Formats: sequence, structure tokens, C-alpha cells
Amino acid sequence: MLTLSGRVIKRPSSSEPSGPRLYSLSTQACTPLALRGKKAFLIKEAGLVPEGFTHYFHLEGVSATIPEPEKTTHLGKEFSYLGNNDVVSITEDGRIRSIFRADSNHNSILLTEQCDNYCLMCSQPPKKIDDSWLLREAFEAIRLIPRDTKVLGFTGGEPTLYREEFIKLLEHTKNWLPNTSLHVLSNGRSFADENFAYMYSKVDHPDLMVGIPIYSADPARHDYVVQATGAFDETVRGVLNLKRFGQRVEIRVVLHKQTYRGLPELAMFIARNLLFVDQVALMGLENTGFARANIDSLWIDPIEYKDQLSEAVQILTAYGIHTSVYNHPLCLVNSDVYPSYVKSISDWKNEYANECIPCKKINECGGFFSSGIKNGYSHSLKPFV
Amino acid sequence: MSKFSTLEKYVSPKGQYELLPFRFEPIAEDNVVATNYVGEFVFLKRKQLNDFVQKNLDASDETYSLLRAKHFLKESSDLASIELLGLKTRTKFSNLRNFTNLHIFVVSLRCDHSCPYCQVSRQSENKAAFDMSIATADKALQIVFRSPNPAIKIEFQGGEPLLNFDLIRHVVIKAKQINEVEKRNLEFVIATTLSLITDDILDFCKEHKIFLSSSLDGPEDLHNRNRPRPGKDSYARFVEGLKKARDKVGYQSVSALMTTTTASLTRARDIIDEYLKHDFDGIFLRHLSPYGFAIKTKTYGAYNVDHWLEFYCEGLDYILDLNKQGVYFTEYFASLLLTKMLTSKDPGFVDLMSPAGAGIAAVVFNYDGDVYASDESRMLLEMGDDTFKLGNLHTNSYEDIFTSEALLSALDDSFTMSAPMCSDCAFEPWCGAEPVFHHAIFGDVLGRKPESEFCKRIMGVIRYLLNKMQTDPEAKEIFMRWANKC
Repeated sequence: MLTLSGRVIKRPSSSEPSGPRLYSLSTQACTPLALRGKKAFLIKEAGLVPEGFTHYFHLEGVSATIPEPEKTTHLGKEFSYLGNNDVVSITEDGRIRSIFRADSNHNSILLTEQCDNYCLMCSQPPKKIDDSWLLREAFEAIRLIPRDTKVLGFTGGEPTLYREEFIKLLEHTKNWLPNTSLHVLSNGRSFADENFAYMYSKVDHPDLMVGIPIYSADPARHDYVVQATGAFDETVRGVLNLKRFGQRVEIRVVLHKQTYRGLPELAMFIARNLLFVDQVALMGLENTGFARANIDSLWIDPIEYKDQLSEAVQILTAYGIHTSVYNHPLCLVNSDVYPSYVKSISDWKNEYANECIPCKKINECGGFFSSGIKNGYSHSLKPFV
Repeated sequence: MSKFSTLEKYVSPKGQYELLPFRFEPIAEDNVVATNYVGEFVFLKRKQLNDFVQKNLDASDETYSLLRAKHFLKESSDLASIELLGLKTRTKFSNLRNFTNLHIFVVSLRCDHSCPYCQVSRQSENKAAFDMSIATADKALQIVFRSPNPAIKIEFQGGEPLLNFDLIRHVVIKAKQINEVEKRNLEFVIATTLSLITDDILDFCKEHKIFLSSSLDGPEDLHNRNRPRPGKDSYARFVEGLKKARDKVGYQSVSALMTTTTASLTRARDIIDEYLKHDFDGIFLRHLSPYGFAIKTKTYGAYNVDHWLEFYCEGLDYILDLNKQGVYFTEYFASLLLTKMLTSKDPGFVDLMSPAGAGIAAVVFNYDGDVYASDESRMLLEMGDDTFKLGNLHTNSYEDIFTSEALLSALDDSFTMSAPMCSDCAFEPWCGAEPVFHHAIFGDVLGRKPESEFCKRIMGVIRYLLNKMQTDPEAKEIFMRWANKC
């Protein structure tokens, strides 16, 4: 697992402007002078360090002569994954966060930690604090991200809580990264407001999809999972409004002890009522955040719900709905699920268990969340040998 | 104290729900099936039904969740369920907006066959008397393109339409010319026994992507018995024609239909095997329509709906067995009904539509320019009844034809959501109006439903399908595939 944020070892000696600062990194010593003013140089290799960059990041253990110590931040070895064109943010109190990694297809920008749902298994537990600086930072980051970026995600918390400001961010992203496929994670409730859904559609982004969770066909159970009365009703009406305005919608279902039993009924509900959604993702539980606190009421070995998973996939695909199964080790699903099976866990938190070492199919397998390896996983793994 | 609430907090207190419109029908001793207006269904025990209706159903009960998810009940704060019911209703009726799709040209009544059950064909050398003229066909084409439907299907029927193939050539070429401007999704079908097919005809079909809808009634002896022609070689000609047509025009371009006669009733498996033998991936187990010769020649008409249902169920059982063995083979009548039962779409099959498909989904131009509401309507005329004659191409306008009182009152009076007994029937969302049939038998478009062989037939098939879905998960999976084929 990569450390996406942490403390720096040593801040620059000179005082910098207050507030978080964003830098686009360069490892190219031959960067033309005209461009150096816009980039920070990442000292990753020993040798001569070019002058004239706006800032420098020095990785621990790399021997180099540092030209401008007063403009240099020193980083620990855990950040050695950083590379050319990555974007990082530095806060005043000496924290660094990786905002964007150029060599990854799993970049998501966190816009807020606030949320109007309070999901039992939330991997990013909501906080009731004003963190709108994250949104401001996102506006800045969008300008720094390479314009040939293929995919980018916006996540939360609930990004749509910003309302008009969120719409502006989408427009801003369309202006700066018109060729980047954009994926937003939202609980969909804001879109129950037809006017908001309309504003969202008017961004007219060429390649935008919103992923919205529905956990059960039974409103009471969905509301329980997201710990918010009336959430199911708003979410479904949100999906309807989005599709009314021709927007692309993905339905996301996290499978755990509270959702697996009703999975075939949910598949049928989607087939009868929401056939026009663009895709459905059936996802394994990520054992982190609230999921750890609620693990007793959430954990079920995926092997125990493999038949419900098969039935749901069979229903959805029979109705022609594009269906993907995410976050499941290959040996814990029935083979009829394979056509929908996707290796999906973001690269920075994807691992395999010791049991997997002899497995012949490890390259086809999605493996585990790092949190699963750390906090406990299925005892039913059966390596293919 | 946990900061998370339990499931119970999100479950409503007892009795806090409203009933949404639904109907029910007993299907076994203690079992009922309940359906809502958009054709979703739930199996319930009698007691569950009573509890549900009397608002005694506990909100933590699984049945309660199911009924709420399928929109049989709603809580006061459920706004999405009404929105979804509206959406599904609009989807179900969305075909209406497009109006007429299927335009049938009866290009000749003459036929080389003399099938005893046939309603309309003539044995005649007199081309002038029973063939459609170019002038009539041109008038028909003008009407065809008045339809607002973005998809237009022109089907050539007979008699044997190939006996007037020059007219087919004319219509196809002219329709395509008109379509250069109209830009509709234009399709052509020829309903033919294939007995008179030639290389020339097939070349033309290939060039213009014309589909061939042919006939196969079963094994050679049965097929030839059902379909007599000089030389007693109907079957051999079909087999040869089928091979040629597939080789030349393509596998997908040829389909076959079967007609069930008394002689077929004991041979369900043989008939299906015959279809397998010829590489078809499905069959339409049709019943014989009670018109024209079919009623007059009692020997062929003499089977009632119970016998047909036995035949149908035996056939469907066999087809399900085939599918379970991995042979993907579809029964198309079931497939049409299942689309209505398991999806929110309507397959737009003329016999299973309400408002009826007659006239508005399909229209028939007879060889002499008379316009009929359906294929059955022109057969009715053969019995001397012109109720569903909507006009004539040479004397009436598009407006005359499609706003004729004969058509509008038949559609209006037979609409199943308001028709007596239909409106109470739990199977109504899956059924159709069939005004022409009921008029033919009872003298009015509604008829007497308890005596209606149409009702008996559709309800019989639905009961079979429901029973399979309730008791056989594998069959349910197969049905779900069929439902999404239409």
C-alpha cells in the first residue's frame, strides 16, 4: 500500500506563503528554463540538481547537492513512488498529500469529508467540519494535472453538497481536461432536486459518469445501511432525474452481511425499474474506516454469498445491463461470474495474501484491498494450482 | 452507545402503508398471484394476502419488503414508487405513440397449395381477378408512409405472394425510392411456403435485404397432410427452398411458422424435433385461428382449446428439457408473454396488445384495395362479415381509414383496462384485447369472457408459465433469457 499522505521530514527554511500549496513535479533535469518556474523538481536520483525550479522535493537517502535549501522540502522514503508530472499538496504545518499520480489510472480527488449519508461500511468516515479548502485545492489541481490524463475521479464525502460550486468544478474540469474521462462518486440524493440534476446536465461534459450506490430494493434496508431515513427514495429519484436529462449513471452495490441476501431482488428491481442505467458494479467490502468498527454486523466470507452473486449477475446480464464484479478474489466467485469479473482495486491499495503465492491465476485475480490483508480476509481462499 | 442506529429504526410501525392498485388470482390451493398495473407479480399465501390487504402486514416481514419494492404498497414518504409506476406505464404504452408499424400487402389470393384450414387462398389461373394491381399497390404505399412510425415493416402475404412477384419487385423498389427522402427504418418480409422460390427471387431478396417467413408444420407426413399441393411435395420443396435461401440470403433471413391442426396435437415432440433438425433456434407453437375454412371444415377445426393447451404444455416441457441440456431453443409465444411478465417493455405483438393492435399496430391492404384492421379481419370477410373493413384505397383517404368508426369503437370498447372482466383479471397486464376474435365468435368485440377460448388459451399458458417460475428455478432462468429476446 502506498502512503498517499504524511508528514514531511523537514520543511523549507524560508517562510512560504500561508495555506496549502500545490506543485506539479518534474524529474526531468533538462526541463526548459521557461517551464521550470511552474514546476517543482523532485530529487529522486543522485547527481546534479538543475536550478530555477519554483520548489524542490528531496527524497531521503538520495545524495545530491541542493541548490536552494530555503525552497526545499525533505521527504521520507515512503514517498519514493512520486514521479514526473505528479501533483502534490503541502500544508503549512508540514503535511504532504499526493493529489495525482501520472502513472496511475486510479486517481481520485477528495472534494470533501462531509456527507448526508453515514454508511455502516464507509471507507472515508464523514466529518462535520468545513473543509471547503479541498474544493479550492481541486480547482488549482485541475490546472496542474497533465492534459492527456485518461481518467480522473471526484470523490467524498458527498461532493454534490457543494451544489453550484460542484457544478463549477465540473465546468472547470471540462475546460482544462476536455479529453479526460471523469467519474464522480455520489449518493445521488442531491439529484432528487430536478433543478440540480438539470444544472449538472448543462455542464454537457463529453465523458462524465456518476456512480451512485443502491444497497437494497427494500427502502428500509437501504436507509439502514446508509443510516439516513428517506435516502433510498431520494437516491432513486436522483437517478431518474439524471437519466431524464441523459446523464450516464452507474449503480454501485457493496456486498456485505446486510446486503447480500437481497441481492437477486435488487438486481430484479434494477432490471424492472432502472433498466436505462449505464452499468452496475457489484463490489466487495473494503475493511477500513467505519467497516472496521461495524465489522461484526458487516463481515461475511464472500464464499457464502457466491450463489446470490451469481444469480444477480445472471439477472442483470440477461436484461442486457453492463455488469461488473469488483473487489473479489477470483477463487471466491462461481465461474459463471467470470465474464463480469473485473480487476478493479486501485493500484495503491491492492495486495495478495500469502495463500495466493502458489496460485496460477494470480494475474487474472483482483486480489484484496490492503486493508483486507491487514484486518482479516476470507479463510476460504483456494489457490488455482 | 453506538453512533449507528439499528435496522429497526428504519422500519415503519405496523399498518403505516397504503395499497397501490393490484389484482390477484388463485393459482393453487393456498397460493395466489398478485399483479400490479405494469405486470410485476408476487406469489402470496392466502393469509399473506389477507394480512396485506387488512394492513396487518408487519413492516419487518420479508413479504412487506417485496411488496414495497415491487410497488404493491407504499409508505407515505415513498415518492419514487409513484414516479416509477408512471414511468413503467409510459414505457409499456410507448409503442402507441409510433402508431402503425406492420403494413400487410395481400399481393395475390392465388396459391399453389390447397390447405384445408386456409381461410383465403384460391385455386385459379385468373391473374386479373385475384392479384393486386400496380395502381392499388401505389395507393397503398402512399398510405404506408403516412404512418408516423420511424420503423416501417412491409409484409407481402397471399395466397402465395411469389405468384405475383413482379408486383413485389415494384413495391420494394418504389418503397425504397420514397424512403430516400422519408429515411424510415424500412423492412420487407415475404410470407411464403418457399415452394416456388427461384434463384432470381433470392437474388432480389439478398439485394434488398428481404426476410422470408416460411411455413413448416412438422415431419414430412404431417406437413404434406396439412399442406396439399399437386405432386404432394410441399415438404420436399420447403427443405430445398430453405437450404437455398439460407445459402443465398443468409441464415437469419429465413424463419418458419407452424400451424397446429388436429393431426398435430399428438406430435408436439416430433414437430419440435423437426425444427431442431433444420437448425432453427426456436418455434412458435401456434393455435389455429377459427376463421374461414378453419371453421367450415370441421375436421380441421375440431380441436378445442384444452387439447391445444395440452399440446402446448407438452411442447414447452420438452423445449425446457432441451434448454436444460444446453440446447438454446426458444418458444416464441411464451417468449412474448414472458416479455410482458418479466420486463417493462411491450413486445408489440398484435394479438397481445391493449388497446388492440388491429389497425393501429398493423393494417392489411387486400389485393382489391380494401383495407382491413388485421389479417383476421379479411378472413372474417370471407365469412361475409365486413365489420373490420376500414375502407378502400381507391375511394378513402388516410384519415377516413384510420379514424373510421369501425376501428375506433372496436379499440375503445375492447380496451382491457376497462373491459368487463378484463379489468378485474390479474392477467390483464400481460394480455391483449382481440376485438376481431371476440366479434367473430360472439358478435361483439367484448364477447363473454368465461366462454372465450381466447381467454382460456392465454390464461392457460400464463398459469403454466407462473407454475414453472414458482417451482423450477432453472426454468425461471431460461424464461428470463427468453423475455429479453423480443
